[in-house]
Amino acid sequence: MEIPELKVTPDRYLTVRYAGASGDFNPIHVDDEFARSVGLPGKILHGLYTMAQVARAQTEAGGGPASLRRLAVQFRGMGVPEAELTITTTVRDERDGVAYVDCVAEQNGRAIIRNAEAEVVIPAQ
Amino acid sequence: MPANTDIVGKTFPPAVYAVGREKIREFAHATGETSPLCLDLEAARAAGHADLVAPPMFAVVYCMPAMAVGLFDPEIGIDFARLVHGGQEFTWGELVVAGDEIATTVTLADVSERAGNGFFVFESRSVNQDGAEVSAGRWTNIVRGA
Repeated sequence: MEIPELKVTPDRYLTVRYAGASGDFNPIHVDDEFARSVGLPGKILHGLYTMAQVARAQTEAGGGPASLRRLAVQFRGMGVPEAELTITTTVRDERDGVAYVDCVAEQNGRAIIRNAEAEVVIPAQ
Repeated sequence: MPANTDIVGKTFPPAVYAVGREKIREFAHATGETSPLCLDLEAARAAGHADLVAPPMFAVVYCMPAMAVGLFDPEIGIDFARLVHGGQEFTWGELVVAGDEIATTVTLADVSERAGNGFFVFESRSVNQDGAEVSAGRWTNIVRGA
């Protein structure tokens, strides 16, 4: 199977909505002033939001939420709102109806998730 | 900060999370979910599900109450001011649908120190009301050295 590139641009208030949806209200994600006070450029994306975009790239290709069997990621660097995220997935192997894939999430030319691996159930033709 | 490795293996009592239909929708909207199974009740039922289906990463929602106990445990002593999320892994089993009650058990699986940073790895196991595993997680938290 092939897993298409997924592009998404989180808007200015996405981190507030994701904080409410996920329960992670760490002020580095919702308060620009606080984030700058601890040396960040401003409020940053939740790593798990970016991971959810990597997951979505897989489930959209696999045909729904049941298609993702495993996802492991490493967070590297900060994602920010109002800049496009690109999720790129490479199929490494296919065995017994499962695709073993490698994924990267990039923003502003830098990988913010890398060394990510997923197992995706190959949809029936 | 020397890591206290004596507490590896500490397991916290299970925390139960009741999955709500609108919470699934809220999470689906916040993450850009497009599957009708996660958004449209009729579509979910037509596909044979009892209710709306949670996207895989909804695991972070039902694990949160159990994980918070571990992250805030005074014996483990994580310094939140220096905490960064290093890595995350999930494996998924049975689908989660609205109406499920998910019990999550968290264990401190590993504590180590590398280059002055503390690594605290938690493992979570979540089961539904029928005892079926819905997900297992491995949460790597890094506490940056001073």
